[in-house]
Amino acid sequence: MLNPLTPAELEALRLSLSVALRSVLLSLPLAVLVAWVLTRARFPGRTLFDAFVHLPLVLPPVAIGYLLLLLFGAHGFLGAFLREHLGLQLAFTTAGAALATAVMTFPLMVRAIRLSLENVDRGLEQAARTLGARPWDRFRSITLPLMLPGILAGVVTAFAAGLGEFGAVITFAANIPGVTRTLPLALYTAMQSPNGDAIALRLALLSFALGLLGLLAAEVLVRRARRVLGR
Amino acid sequence: MLQVTTGHRHGTLALEADFAAPTPGVIALFGRSGSGKTTLVNIIAGLLPPDAGVIRLDDQVLTDTAAGVAVPVERRRVGYVFQDARLFPHLTVEGNLRYGLKRTAAVVKIGFDEVLALLGLGALLPRRPHQLSGGERQRVALGRALLSQPRLLLMDEPLASLDLARRLEVLPYLEALRDRLRIPIVYVSHQFEEVLRLATHLVLLEAGKVIAHGTVAELSLRAELQAIVVADNVGAVLEGRVAGVDADGGAELAVGRGSFTASLPGALPGTAIRLRVLARDVILATQPPQGLSVRNALAGTVRDITADDDGVLVSVDVGGATVLARITPAARRALALKSGDPVWALCKAVATRGHAFRRPAG
Repeated sequence: MLNPLTPAELEALRLSLSVALRSVLLSLPLAVLVAWVLTRARFPGRTLFDAFVHLPLVLPPVAIGYLLLLLFGAHGFLGAFLREHLGLQLAFTTAGAALATAVMTFPLMVRAIRLSLENVDRGLEQAARTLGARPWDRFRSITLPLMLPGILAGVVTAFAAGLGEFGAVITFAANIPGVTRTLPLALYTAMQSPNGDAIALRLALLSFALGLLGLLAAEVLVRRARRVLGR
Repeated sequence: MLQVTTGHRHGTLALEADFAAPTPGVIALFGRSGSGKTTLVNIIAGLLPPDAGVIRLDDQVLTDTAAGVAVPVERRRVGYVFQDARLFPHLTVEGNLRYGLKRTAAVVKIGFDEVLALLGLGALLPRRPHQLSGGERQRVALGRALLSQPRLLLMDEPLASLDLARRLEVLPYLEALRDRLRIPIVYVSHQFEEVLRLATHLVLLEAGKVIAHGTVAELSLRAELQAIVVADNVGAVLEGRVAGVDADGGAELAVGRGSFTASLPGALPGTAIRLRVLARDVILATQPPQGLSVRNALAGTVRDITADDDGVLVSVDVGGATVLARITPAARRALALKSGDPVWALCKAVATRGHAFRRPAG
């Protein structure tokens, strides 16, 4: 039970971390932009857009994976384009697993960032304006630092959730050892094999520990950031 | 010269302003809460685009709706000290102070060290805004605005959120600012004491309209101002210079063509003084008084008599200056006062409130 991890388990752990990290890096800039649009911009269809962003929270992950396959698969409209012009294949690759994970965790990240943006005092941005700061400068020097607690919370939560993404990943990127077999997929595989009970339990405990660690880290980081901001 | 001509509808408030005030100097916007002072300041700052109007500072047009001119806030070079300071919580005091300084394209005339000295901020530099007292916060906000090298400084009730002790701590810094820097200041207040100490020009707002503007001394005699200040606080504002002092703290002031004795311990000869003589502290006599302790018996003539809910207000010309006296209707009948009558206005030296006041040169 307490043996060091086997090479296969290590591989699954490494892949999970890599996929979660890539998915976070992929979705962070877009999540900040979407959070900004949802908080600050007023346009027709905003409510619909809001619902669309939150869809992955309520849709079956398999459906998301399937939709991604339709879009980015070999015959998909975007997939064909990417392969032709960038030589990039997403379906059944680690990058594809990261994309599927990013889509699934996107609403979590947007929600956390949006909440922090709503709490940014517009009066401080006005003050920055009177001191000569133009729009982008204002965003970079005032709004973004004040959003930091929410961004940190969003990033860590999305990362922790991304470690365990299953349905969308297995549908879009399949279950290929060393490529897309992340922790939950390895766990599933172990459960399906005749003598895999012990392995499945070890992997389940590992996932449990990682998730807990991630949520605790989020809490600590957010508290630190708030202290810096004097809240 | 700051010229403001604007009409703007903002919620239930219909703002209408038309005035021009000399610069540099402190232009006080005075009125009750909700009279439109902050709205007017936001229009001057450019934070609120007016429905119509012209804002002009000296030879520069900041807003002209008819000509389609609206200089953006960030290029107006208008420093703004907000009522709630609005310091950036993620920056230290030094980071806050340097925020505007870093971004100004103008020649730096007001240096970092000068502002630290003027506002006493040296010891606060490494602190964060949440570690400051209310008074310190306002001083930092003021320093931050000054360092952005503004052509005009707007201050929206910067002392309103402070208790009396903190107010008295910050006021001298504002006086120093007025007297040492030549930046025009628009100062919003609903405290007449602040106006009395700081203003060189007074603009009165009532329900969104500018109802009068002029010097503090002029407006102190006007019904528009008397209607806004508490009845007990109605009184003439006199401006003069300390001509001589005695050993007991009494000062002889040259006011108009006459002289006035006030108790002003520590006053230096030559200092410009602004003095408020409350109408309820002035006694009128129709004969030269004798054997009284009162230090001021100013000979003059009755200029005007008005009756209102609080009794009778008599204005008396005492030789180049005017004082107001509040008397009862019965006293008016007993003295048979009418316009043009010779009277003596008696004012106790200890009842007057004075402030050293140096008008900015030029």
